[in-house]
Amino acid sequence: MATLRLDGEGAPVGASIAAEEITLIQWREGVRPVAAGFALAIPNTEDIAQLSEAVTEAATIILAFPAFMDGRAYSQARVLRERFGFRGEIRARGALVPDQALFMARAGFTALEIGDADPAPFLDALGAYSVFYQYAADAALPAHHLRARRRQAA
Amino acid sequence: MSGLEKGQVMTANRLRDGIAVFLTRAGTWSEKIDEATLALEPQAAAALELRAKQDELATVVTGGYLIDAERRDGRIRASHIRERMRTLGPTVRLDLGKQADGTAGGFAAEGA
Amino acid sequence: MYRYDEFDHQFVRERTAQFRDQADRRLKGELTEDEFRPLRLMNGLYLQLHAYMLRVAIPYGTLSGRQMRQLALIAERWDRGYGHFTTRQNIQYNWIKLEDTADILAALADVEMHAIQTSGNCIRNVTTDHWAGAAADEIADPRPVAELLRQWSSLHPEFSYLPRKFKIAVTGAPNDRAAVKVHDIGLRMHRNDRNEAGWEVIVGGGQGRTPLVGVTVRDFLPEPELIGYLEAIMRVYNLYGRRDNKYKARIKILVHELGAEKFKAEVEAEYARKPEASTEVEERELTRIANYFAPPSLEKLPRWSAGFEDARISNPDFARWARNNLAAHNTDGYSIVNISLKPTGGIPGDASADQMRLMADLAEKYSHDELRVSHAQNIVLPHVKKDDVFAIWQALDAAGLSAANHGLAGDIIACPGLDYCALATARAIPVAQSISRKFADLDRQQEIGPIKINISGCINACGHHHVGHIGILGLDKKGEEYYQITLGGSSSEKASIGSILGPGFAGHEVADAIEKILDTYLKLREPQEEFLAAYRRLGAKPFKEALYGDTAA
Repeated sequence: MATLRLDGEGAPVGASIAAEEITLIQWREGVRPVAAGFALAIPNTEDIAQLSEAVTEAATIILAFPAFMDGRAYSQARVLRERFGFRGEIRARGALVPDQALFMARAGFTALEIGDADPAPFLDALGAYSVFYQYAADAALPAHHLRARRRQAA
Repeated sequence: MSGLEKGQVMTANRLRDGIAVFLTRAGTWSEKIDEATLALEPQAAAALELRAKQDELATVVTGGYLIDAERRDGRIRASHIRERMRTLGPTVRLDLGKQADGTAGGFAAEGA
Repeated sequence: MYRYDEFDHQFVRERTAQFRDQADRRLKGELTEDEFRPLRLMNGLYLQLHAYMLRVAIPYGTLSGRQMRQLALIAERWDRGYGHFTTRQNIQYNWIKLEDTADILAALADVEMHAIQTSGNCIRNVTTDHWAGAAADEIADPRPVAELLRQWSSLHPEFSYLPRKFKIAVTGAPNDRAAVKVHDIGLRMHRNDRNEAGWEVIVGGGQGRTPLVGVTVRDFLPEPELIGYLEAIMRVYNLYGRRDNKYKARIKILVHELGAEKFKAEVEAEYARKPEASTEVEERELTRIANYFAPPSLEKLPRWSAGFEDARISNPDFARWARNNLAAHNTDGYSIVNISLKPTGGIPGDASADQMRLMADLAEKYSHDELRVSHAQNIVLPHVKKDDVFAIWQALDAAGLSAANHGLAGDIIACPGLDYCALATARAIPVAQSISRKFADLDRQQEIGPIKINISGCINACGHHHVGHIGILGLDKKGEEYYQITLGGSSSEKASIGSILGPGFAGHEVADAIEKILDTYLKLREPQEEFLAAYRRLGAKPFKEALYGDTAA
């Protein structure tokens, strides 16, 4: 299972972190891996707003796309980044279509579990646009911000 | 009932232009339903499905499915109005679609 | 009108390049149909009965002459010489090839247009009042906000894979011509006592299988908060909207199942938690957009135009058309011209490339280079000098565009139905044609007065049958088309959902049934009482009796 990492230098394809991964159920049962950097897998039906405690302890949060049309995890990722200020890895798991990679990156995902898929189309999709129209969880500045900046410079 | 056969025809849309097409005995796709293979029993229909699947993989057509149809005097008519529409063209623009360029089945044209 | 700046241009160019690549990958077999379908749908490309269909966005229904001319060119070069204007202020082409689509998108981008998000489970083209910026009753032009929302919703990373499609409508007038109460979100402008603009936020209206009138969740949302508040609504919907059943996936079901109060509480809680800075609508950006919608420089004219009045006296056909197809402009000496795309027996909303070019010419010559598409599938020239109206009518008349039935029984809304649409269960256009022919006599239409007859070819209700004063829904009963009639619907500020009158009719019986309904109305109405008012007063009983006899009552 290959994981495509979107942050840092370039976007290397690495093996998925073998280190401990626990489910939300395990976490609720009190499982706390000793090793730093455990990953917590959260279903997309969970109310992420109630999980602020759980997510502060994890190094990686894994969010689910049971089907590529099921977009709940986009909202979950933004809540993690923008409300909880979560700085660790947010990894997408499930039915990932290359053309959705940019939406995922903008919503705050930093890693995609792409399995045996060719990483090239995912990377292409990330670069498909240079213009955005809204703030999201990434660093991209929307067009209206750039327009304002230009007005100020003028 | 003389000469009336009921069965199933495989239809799909051609991938590159979306035109409704029908699977022929020769294994090609025709715009004319009259040229379609009419599968008279389930085994034959299954064979048409298999063939359509292959052509979907080969990006010839997309979205294949079987439709009920009947043949009389060598002409084929789809049973459902939706499918007759696809064999003819819009009933409100007789100048457009297969009915306009003569590729519709004559029997099909007897009524949408 | 809004004009693209370099960012907007770059964006649609990138979109076109992306689709070209996606279509190439599909044609080469690198994408399966299941993978490609959502990608093409987000570019408005459907696979219909006869071919691909491309739905082009006409943001809030506003077009320039150049854009209309480009639509004509697309119709001729890549389609079969015509297009279909839709109830969502868009245009559809019915005979498109996948291999041509990227070229068409490029041609659209050349004139600052696109097909982005005209399908798919995302925020669709924002619609508004087709008389925006011209109507006499308007508080302010809603299009700056519509454009703001268009930009914000374009490729929104969080809200592109919603449970279901999402439609937003805005109006700046108290008389609602944008049907805001039957949209997923409807926005109605109000002014407070400090003369600031704010928006009433209505959520959970809609048509389709479960027609509902929306509920107001905010009476007066200050304009700077608009995006933040909408994001809160969208997030609640994205997280909690049902995904187990596509017929229960629209936001109206969530609002209905939670209850309006609980839904509102969820939205308010979400909104309270949002970091405000990133979503506040920047005044200067809204001003930048609003400047593009500044009223055209209209002349100071007397209210009375001698030329117009003379023509009215000497030409009865023109007089009738003027009576029905003109609307009050906010400036003396000007009119709003409504071009009916509903000739007797015609296909509602269809226009040939030649007709499109003529309308483009007229807009450039007489209407400050502006056209509108209305949700009733007609075209509007919004800023016309009364002195020029007669010349416009003559040009329209020569091109078969002078139907004098605007707002009358011949002005029927109809979706493409089973003649084109893969989802349809019955034909809609032939039914519209038969009713149109039955009421071809304009004197008779005039006597009946204002009425909205809306026809859908399936329960998805693209033909807005639920909100037609008379609604007609085409269904399939064991392979046969039949039609259900509803009465009493309205998409106005006093919105209501029509009620089914009784058993359905075969296609050839519908026009007679409509005639019986309208004859009953004529018999029972009070002086000056319009059909909808009469129905609301009388109830269904006399209409049922007329159609089904005493036993059904």
